[in-house]
Amino acid sequence: MSTNSTRTPLDHIRNFSIVAHIDHGKSTLADRLIQTCGGLAEREMSEQVLDNMEIEKERGITIKAQTVRLHYQAKNGETYILNLIDTPGHVDFAYEVSRSLSACEGSLLVVDASQGVEAQTLANVYQAIDNNHELVTVLNKVDLPAAEPERIKEQIEEVIGIDASEAVLISAKTGLGIPDVLEAIVEKLPPPKSPGGENAPLKALLVDSWYDTYLGVMVLVRIIDGVLTKGQQIRMMGTGARYGVERIGVLTPKMVNVDSLGPGEIGFITASIKEVADTRVGDTITDDRRPTAEALPGFKPAQPVVFCGLFPVDAADFEDLRAAMGKLRLNDASFSFEMESSAALGFGFRCGFLGLLHLEIIQERLEREFNLDLVATAPSVVYEIAMTDGTERELHNPVDMPDVVKIDHIREPWIKATIMTPDEYLGGILKLCQDRRGIQTELTYVGSRAMLTYELPLNEVVFDFYDRLKSISKGYASFDYHLTDYREGDLVKMSILVNGDPVDALSMLVHRSAADRRGRAMCEKLKELIPPHMFQIPIQAAIGGKIIARETVRALRKDVTAKCYGGDATRKRKLLDKQKEGKKRMRQFGKVEIPQEAFIAALKMNDE
Amino acid sequence: MSERSSLILPDTGEPGFGLYVHWPFCAAKCPYCDFNSHVRHQPVDQARFTAAFLREMEHMRTLSGPRTVTSIFMGGGTPSLMAPETVGAILDGIARHWHVPDGIEITMEANPSSVEADRFRGYRAAGVNRLSLGVQALNDADLKFLGRLHDVDQALGAIRLAREIFPRMSFDLIYARPGQTVDAWEAELKQAISYAVDHLSLYQLTIEEGTPFFGLHKARKFTLPDGEESALLYEATQEITEAHGLPAYEVSNHARPGAESRHNLTYWRYGDYVGIGPGAHGRLTLGREKLATATERHPETWLGLVESQGHGMTDEERLGYEEQADELLLMGLRLKEGIDLVRWQQLSGREPDPDREAFLISHGFIERLGNSRLRCTPSGMLILDSVVADLAC
Repeated sequence: MSTNSTRTPLDHIRNFSIVAHIDHGKSTLADRLIQTCGGLAEREMSEQVLDNMEIEKERGITIKAQTVRLHYQAKNGETYILNLIDTPGHVDFAYEVSRSLSACEGSLLVVDASQGVEAQTLANVYQAIDNNHELVTVLNKVDLPAAEPERIKEQIEEVIGIDASEAVLISAKTGLGIPDVLEAIVEKLPPPKSPGGENAPLKALLVDSWYDTYLGVMVLVRIIDGVLTKGQQIRMMGTGARYGVERIGVLTPKMVNVDSLGPGEIGFITASIKEVADTRVGDTITDDRRPTAEALPGFKPAQPVVFCGLFPVDAADFEDLRAAMGKLRLNDASFSFEMESSAALGFGFRCGFLGLLHLEIIQERLEREFNLDLVATAPSVVYEIAMTDGTERELHNPVDMPDVVKIDHIREPWIKATIMTPDEYLGGILKLCQDRRGIQTELTYVGSRAMLTYELPLNEVVFDFYDRLKSISKGYASFDYHLTDYREGDLVKMSILVNGDPVDALSMLVHRSAADRRGRAMCEKLKELIPPHMFQIPIQAAIGGKIIARETVRALRKDVTAKCYGGDATRKRKLLDKQKEGKKRMRQFGKVEIPQEAFIAALKMNDE
Repeated sequence: MSERSSLILPDTGEPGFGLYVHWPFCAAKCPYCDFNSHVRHQPVDQARFTAAFLREMEHMRTLSGPRTVTSIFMGGGTPSLMAPETVGAILDGIARHWHVPDGIEITMEANPSSVEADRFRGYRAAGVNRLSLGVQALNDADLKFLGRLHDVDQALGAIRLAREIFPRMSFDLIYARPGQTVDAWEAELKQAISYAVDHLSLYQLTIEEGTPFFGLHKARKFTLPDGEESALLYEATQEITEAHGLPAYEVSNHARPGAESRHNLTYWRYGDYVGIGPGAHGRLTLGREKLATATERHPETWLGLVESQGHGMTDEERLGYEEQADELLLMGLRLKEGIDLVRWQQLSGREPDPDREAFLISHGFIERLGNSRLRCTPSGMLILDSVVADLAC
């Protein structure tokens, strides 16, 4: 279907995002807004409409930004177009948050009326403030008995430093207060600005792009100046690529085709673009024949900060894995991969991710959507190595560590972490941060909640920090971080030797002070995991030539079937076939066979 | 080569051609046993089963062609529940279908609880010349734990009777029982040896799925000796039997040199054998392939099949070279004499992996005997299943 839109005046448009901590009800609120504005009939509402991916629904998080156009008739009798851009809530996707926010003028700040401000609330609200957003504060879940809206308002004012006196009290679950939210959007958030207006040359922001199985690459745009029309020849100012616009539409959240988009509007286009990688998020789209003079500032491209190897459990799945990664990358240019081979794990890929959650999500999607069985090696950060000859290199994989005598020093990424926690867990969290080489920069209390700021080396965080934090605080602490800088560190490569042979997949860069503890833990774990062989197997952790920990797997003492029933050789042969099959899943190190499962378990090892 | 490699084996070392007959009934089911045995509360119609055995023989004869039999074995179940007439009819049937030279080994299994002197004399008259008694233990508490219907006195009575009536006799013991110490087992074993004629089968207790012991063991109602303890028990067994002139010629079988079970050697040397009766297995060489036969396990179902189609076979698999090579290896390495490598190479089409072989030899798990034999050393025998898996890959 196609509607002929007469241009909507700017003051009848509001573009907004919702910022919130995970679980504070962002997606439920979005659903309510859609429902109230009639975007979907009751029967079309599925829980959390905007979280399309199975994983998003399951984990209650938004990974990709989603957008929806709402038609709202306000109390003043006027009809407004409200464009909601739903943003990802998690730290790993901060760059997506920032680009979504830059397409809007205001945000709803959603805070759970009993839990209050959490680490991600802070991170996201600061981003919104950085983008000059007006804010409408919304306290959700006020219907719950534990809700304390007045206290939370105070907390918001104290911690964030914004006026929360006019916060809208709602329950997204029951629908309470939803009309007030819509009114506040119209009343308090500013309309979009268009410096050049409708007649200026086209200037549009490339907000996001994704791959649709039926339509190909779809590009989400926000028009600043001019008009984007069907058939128009456009140019991406950053990449210089030219395309003819094939289809223009808006999402209500159903796709509705339109003929054009004018200033302030948000919609999608398709233009025979082959890959998502061909579009650069933050690029400026203009008319090829009548270009705008000045491009928009654009965004910094997202850089992978965490790397790990992904290997198929069954070597025969390697090509399938390659194909699956290619498909995922179509939709997620922030995920990178290149081929890697490991003596332990065979052929696989070294992959780069925006963070640990991103890693987990990609791995889960590969396993679930493509039915692959994967082994992930220990996550590693990107180290900067200054060589004695004055050159610099980046290290993504401990295996590629250059000879230590040629290294002048190693720098590692540091982060600034914000942790909010009920004060009863503070002691345990302080110890955790201290153990991970953290430097405390701030500790403040708001009521019985503590807000902590720490500087931490990222490599201490990628190693199960978040899991430990959750377990120490019984899940009540929240955590957010951003990369700050690179600092020199006393880092060493720890190798694990099984029967004297180094196992590449298990080597890691660790701080010298943590090496003993990590080495011992790894050796102990492997001792449990490696089955007895016909001979005893030493397991060692080493730094350079120095052994720092050692365990021994004792030799198999007895393994013989006592009775071989009559002539039933078939049963024995079937058992032998099973053993042979089992050996295929083993990885051979010299004479030692290590079950794949042992690697998986060793790599999942907890710190303690 | 060690001094203990005195390989005095019966006849020529040829694999031979054996006949196995399975009698599937027991008076009670032992809690450790996963063999094909069934308890019936009505008398079994032995005449009907005899007729079925004879019919199935006829079918097996068409598969095997004319052969000379080197041994006959009646196992079970409890074959000593058969009437001597039944045994006689089966043996006569075998002699009608194949060439049965005088004096070949004819073994029958018996339980001490089902012994009667008259019946034993009847079996002997029918042609049985070797009895294998399921004694299992020489103390009453353990016999009870093992679910046996006899006590020590009955066992000793049966042994005495068997020695009187049969020229050859063997009995089975099960060791590595819950709580069994090396000292206690040594004493029991020495006592057993004093009753033995020329052959003993000494099995470590293993827990098999589908048996009452499986569930009890899982529920930790009893615990078995661990790997180290059971290795010590095994080593003590080897030492004592050897010192008393009954060295092991197979993992769990001991005999005075020359008194090995001819029939079981056929299995381990991977010869041909015909299996008759419910749940019996056979191997018949047919040109390049070996036919693996297996019959229906349930006695009455098997009976029905034989009566309607002339045989109870439910599985017939033609084994290729690679499968035969695997079977040769896993059966043959159980023997102290090891395997004929030339035969294995002809089947598998390859040499043993030189690295693996060198590794196993350097660790003292296997050794070469001359150019063409490969066998496990005593320490290799303790981890035979791992050795076989290593060589078979």
